[in-house]
Amino acid sequence: MDDEAGPIVRPYALTKGRTRPSGAMLDLLALVTATGEAAGSPEQEAILRLARSPISVADVAADLDLPVGVVRVLLADMRDQGLISVTSQAGPRPSERVLKEVINGLRAL
Amino acid sequence: MDSALSEDPVALKILIAGGFGVGKTTLVGSISEIKPLKTEEILSDRGIGVDDLDGVEGKTTTTVAMDFGRITIREGLVVYLFGTPGQERFWFMWDELSYGALGAVVIADTRRLTDCFPSIDYFEQRGTPFVVAVNCFDGEASHSVEDVKIALDLEDHVPVLLCDVRKRSSAKEVMIALVEHSLRTLATAP
Repeated sequence: MDDEAGPIVRPYALTKGRTRPSGAMLDLLALVTATGEAAGSPEQEAILRLARSPISVADVAADLDLPVGVVRVLLADMRDQGLISVTSQAGPRPSERVLKEVINGLRAL
Repeated sequence: MDSALSEDPVALKILIAGGFGVGKTTLVGSISEIKPLKTEEILSDRGIGVDDLDGVEGKTTTTVAMDFGRITIREGLVVYLFGTPGQERFWFMWDELSYGALGAVVIADTRRLTDCFPSIDYFEQRGTPFVVAVNCFDGEASHSVEDVKIALDLEDHVPVLLCDVRKRSSAKEVMIALVEHSLRTLATAP
C-alpha cells in the first residue's frame, strides 16, 4: 500500500463526518473503562477490548492508529451509549508528595 | 484496604519541545515506551500560506504526528510524555497539550540555538516550568552551561543541563531535573 497517499478512508468517515464529540471534551489523559459489551462497529469492539482495564484517551488513539479527534467522537458516543465510563485525571496541581514519588520512581528506572 | 490503591489515579503530563530534528523523538524513546500519536487538525491560517494547496482546495485538515510516551511510576501514578510538533504552524495544538502540564523539557542544539527560542518564549509566557537540555550530539560539550544560559537570556532559576538524549541515564537526569524544578516552582507559587 502507498502510505504516502494517505488513508483510503477519510478519518472522519468513521464518525459519520462529525468532528466534535457530544458532551464535554475528553482530555487526552482521561481514563476510559469498558462498562458494556455490545459494540456497534469494529472500532467500538477494539476500544472495548483496550478498555478492559482503564486506559487513557491518548493510548486508545495511539493503539488504534486513529487521529485523536476521531477517537474523541467515537468515545463520546460510547459514553452516551453506556459502553464505557470516563474518569478525568486532570485534577488539581500534584502534591509535593506525589512529585517526590515521581523523582524516586525516575531514579529507580 | 491499601491506602495507595484507594487513591484516585494521578497522571502527569510532561512536554518535550525544541526545534525540528533536535532529538525530541530520541529522548522520549530513551526513557519510555514510545508510540506515535496522530491528530487530525484543521489547517491554521498560517499553514494555508505555507502548504501548497493548489489543486486540493477542498483540503482543510492535515494529520500531525506527535511522539507519545508513558512511564509508569506505580499503579495509579503515570507520567505521560508528549513531543510537541516542531513546526510553528502547529502551535495551536500546544495550548491543549500544555494545559495542566507539570512542565516541559526544551531540547537545544548549540549549532542551531535559535531553533529553541520560540519554545522558550511560549513556556515563559504561559508560566510553565521548564528546563533546557543541551543535546551534545558528539558526546562532547562544545559550549558551557553558562554560555548557553547567557545566549538564551534565561532567568537564573531555569536549569540548563548538558545531555545525550540517546542515553537512558542522561534522559533520566533531564526528567528528574524537570520534576525537581517543578517541585521548587510549586513550593514558591502563591
